[in-house]
Amino acid sequence: MSEVMIEAQGLTKRYGPQRALDSASFNVSRGEIVGFLGPNGAGKSTTMKILTCFIAPTEGTAKVNGCDIWTDPLGVRTAIGYLPESTPLYPDMLVAEYLEFAGQMRGLFGPTLQKRIKRVVDETQLGSVYAKEIRQLSKGFKQRVGLAQALIHEPPILILDEPLSGLDPNQMTDIRDLIREIGKSRTIIFSTHNLAEIQISCTRAICISNGKLVFDATPDELANRKPLRGYTVKLAGATYGKAEQTFANIPGVTQVRSLDDGTIELLVSNGSDVRLAIANAAAAANLTIIELAVLKPNLYEIFRELTTDPSVAEVRASSTVSDDEDDDDDDDDDDEDE
Amino acid sequence: MPMNFQNTWTIASRQFRGYFNGPVAYIVVCLVLAILGPIFWEPFFLMGHASIRQMFSFLGPLLAFALPAVSMGLIAEERRSGTLELLLAMPVREAEVILGKYLAALGLLAVLLACTIFYPISVAQLGNLDWGPVFTGYIGIFLEGAALLAIGIAASSFTENQLIAFFVSASICFALSFLIGWFLPFMPTGAMTNIAEWLSFEHHLEGMTRGVVDTRDVIYFLSVSTLALMLAFRALESRRWS
Repeated sequence: MSEVMIEAQGLTKRYGPQRALDSASFNVSRGEIVGFLGPNGAGKSTTMKILTCFIAPTEGTAKVNGCDIWTDPLGVRTAIGYLPESTPLYPDMLVAEYLEFAGQMRGLFGPTLQKRIKRVVDETQLGSVYAKEIRQLSKGFKQRVGLAQALIHEPPILILDEPLSGLDPNQMTDIRDLIREIGKSRTIIFSTHNLAEIQISCTRAICISNGKLVFDATPDELANRKPLRGYTVKLAGATYGKAEQTFANIPGVTQVRSLDDGTIELLVSNGSDVRLAIANAAAAANLTIIELAVLKPNLYEIFRELTTDPSVAEVRASSTVSDDEDDDDDDDDDDEDE
Repeated sequence: MPMNFQNTWTIASRQFRGYFNGPVAYIVVCLVLAILGPIFWEPFFLMGHASIRQMFSFLGPLLAFALPAVSMGLIAEERRSGTLELLLAMPVREAEVILGKYLAALGLLAVLLACTIFYPISVAQLGNLDWGPVFTGYIGIFLEGAALLAIGIAASSFTENQLIAFFVSASICFALSFLIGWFLPFMPTGAMTNIAEWLSFEHHLEGMTRGVVDTRDVIYFLSVSTLALMLAFRALESRRWS
């Protein structure tokens, strides 16, 4: 059985009458990359702040690397590397000074510190900005500095709060690759409201909505929560009218339409597998298929379904659940349907 | 578990360098010296004897405004920018953070006071200056400054708005270092006056500027500093339960 690195039991956080987190329990094992998925204000940041001992839960407890958040907060902090949302750094410091400061705060000095700094600078590719002031760096490089400080003491656990938020696609790819590389040897929890991100980077997804854990499984299981939508078919020659008529008669197909790029889209009911029927129908009608692709479920819809689940809504109504205060930036687009 | 003074020192040196990486240290030191110069030298030549007691009595109220500018961002800015969250995710105690920040501010106070050393040196050139009261006066003004900074860091711990921290601490510091002393002659004798006199920083500084170090004065300034630092610690710790 794999070693449990994080064990959260019944974590609840109330801000006055509001419940930012409601009885959240989960375990994270060594080597897992866990994506915390949820809309803004769901309770992701609150969970992370509790796990880093920045705030205390109103109820419940957690163990991080075997250290209890109530009785051994320093032990918890020693075991984690943390990157808070929006990467707060000291803008007046040079990257070199900042990494030295972070290392010293982690009890590293002398040659060991210099060796670690060199390693994280290489790992996060900060060499080109090493002697620059942090205020001069782009968002992507600031994110790298944040990751470098989180890694400098080689922690077994990394907690990253929306590490990809606000980055352009190139920066996102770079940081994502970096997280995957780092994740080969560590336990990582990172939060996002981008479901596609979970599929790409994580080995496990925990969805949190209105302070409650609503889903905990692999990213594939998450993506398969909804049946496939249908298929797209590309035919040789312009025979759209005939093709639409042919495919519309296939049992299970609910809708057929031609798209602007010359593809025909077939929507099916309940994820029916009608590939063979499509091939047979095309052959019978003398149509030549040159491409047949599956229309995957819309991630945006899955996200919506998870985060606006009626059962959760009922609980929310009965327990006055509402958004937490620390997770309320609305400037990031929800692009789950990418 | 005992405090880790290495953490305190690391935080203090970062903060101290931070003062000089930005404009705060330069503005505060230059402003204090620029204001102190004319208000010290003008009456000096009228007094007709070599003493810098006047400098210490002017420095008290001046520091009451200057030092809150030094302390206002210590915790408030860390809170506002979110760096506090990152700092406290490191294996560091709240008390080490407060003490480290405080030491950095004390370092800047020491620099500021060191810059005023030209006043006694100049006065010594002009007449026969007794260096004993100068030495004890510096001890007194440093202790008063330390208390003012502790009040400032306490105010900074309660808010993430530096302006609020500045105005709250400047008001308290000005009242303690000048206002109470100014009102004292107009107050009727009695218990209230005694308490007001006991609270007045000016009252406790006076003896030391004359060359007398009274343990009660030292203990008073140290007690105010300790109480204010404890308040700052509690304020920082209370974020966990908010």
